[in-house]
Amino acid sequence: MMAATVFAIIVQRNLFSVVVLAGVYSFLMATVLVALDAVDVAMTEASVGAGISTVLLLGALYLCGGEEAKPMQRAWLPLAVTLVIAGALVYGTLGLPAFSDPLAPIHTHVVPRYLGQALAETGVPNVVTAVLASYRGYDTLGETVVVFTAGIGVIALLRRARRASKGAE
Amino acid sequence: MKREPVLRVVGKLLIPYMLMFALYVQFHGDYGPGGGFQAGVITAAAIIFYALIFGLPAARRLVPDAVVETMVALGAFLYMAVGFAGLLLGGNFLDYFVLDRDPVAGQHRGIFWVEIGVLITVSGVMLKIFYMFAGRGREG
Repeated sequence: MMAATVFAIIVQRNLFSVVVLAGVYSFLMATVLVALDAVDVAMTEASVGAGISTVLLLGALYLCGGEEAKPMQRAWLPLAVTLVIAGALVYGTLGLPAFSDPLAPIHTHVVPRYLGQALAETGVPNVVTAVLASYRGYDTLGETVVVFTAGIGVIALLRRARRASKGAE
Repeated sequence: MKREPVLRVVGKLLIPYMLMFALYVQFHGDYGPGGGFQAGVITAAAIIFYALIFGLPAARRLVPDAVVETMVALGAFLYMAVGFAGLLLGGNFLDYFVLDRDPVAGQHRGIFWVEIGVLITVSGVMLKIFYMFAGRGREG
């Protein structure tokens, strides 16, 4: 079903339906994440991917019109680059340990301590929250600063554009 | 969309529950799925919903730009402040164990404030981006 959605996104020329299909894809992705027992991530995907970004893309569509422009020429070079990179990435996955292999390095390093000690050390039953906010608090601080920087960037760019267009009038 | 009575009534009915659910996701994040990022997005979504139904000026009156911009900075500041609080009380940066006499309670307190910081920044940034995009066509 996800593959069908992606194919529809590629074929579709009307940008409005592309945005809606991207929202559909996000919801499908969220269900996949629920099936993988990653409920926290699924929740983020559903609210950010399907909710906010759909609204923002619709807002952008309102500004720039709903039909995709016809490409100037056939894009063979980008296609080749994409295929090479995709091939390299797939080749890279061959070296990874098998899915849900209990002896994979990721499961033997710090995970046993997180799973076994998180409740006793932090008093928080949800291990995801414990790891996110406590053990990896520094990373989460970085994420928050990234979001903050994105907001500042948008404010700086769009506010300047507005002032410039006012000056031109 | 301002004249749609169905949307207005449903919106008025639903928005308090959306905000309530955001708070639930925020404070229940210790026990179930959820946390600052998700709650921040849900809060912003509730206000964006309001803006879509009642119009951008109404939402801007409800949550003015100055408040949103303050939120953007305040959340990151709060997170940092928790980190420095740990430093001042004799621990490492972002060390929660020293925030209370009982280390586990200190952890709880640290996680609580850090998640609130995330909530404030995320919802502020989402709202600000929405305001910027939606306000452009009309003013530019």
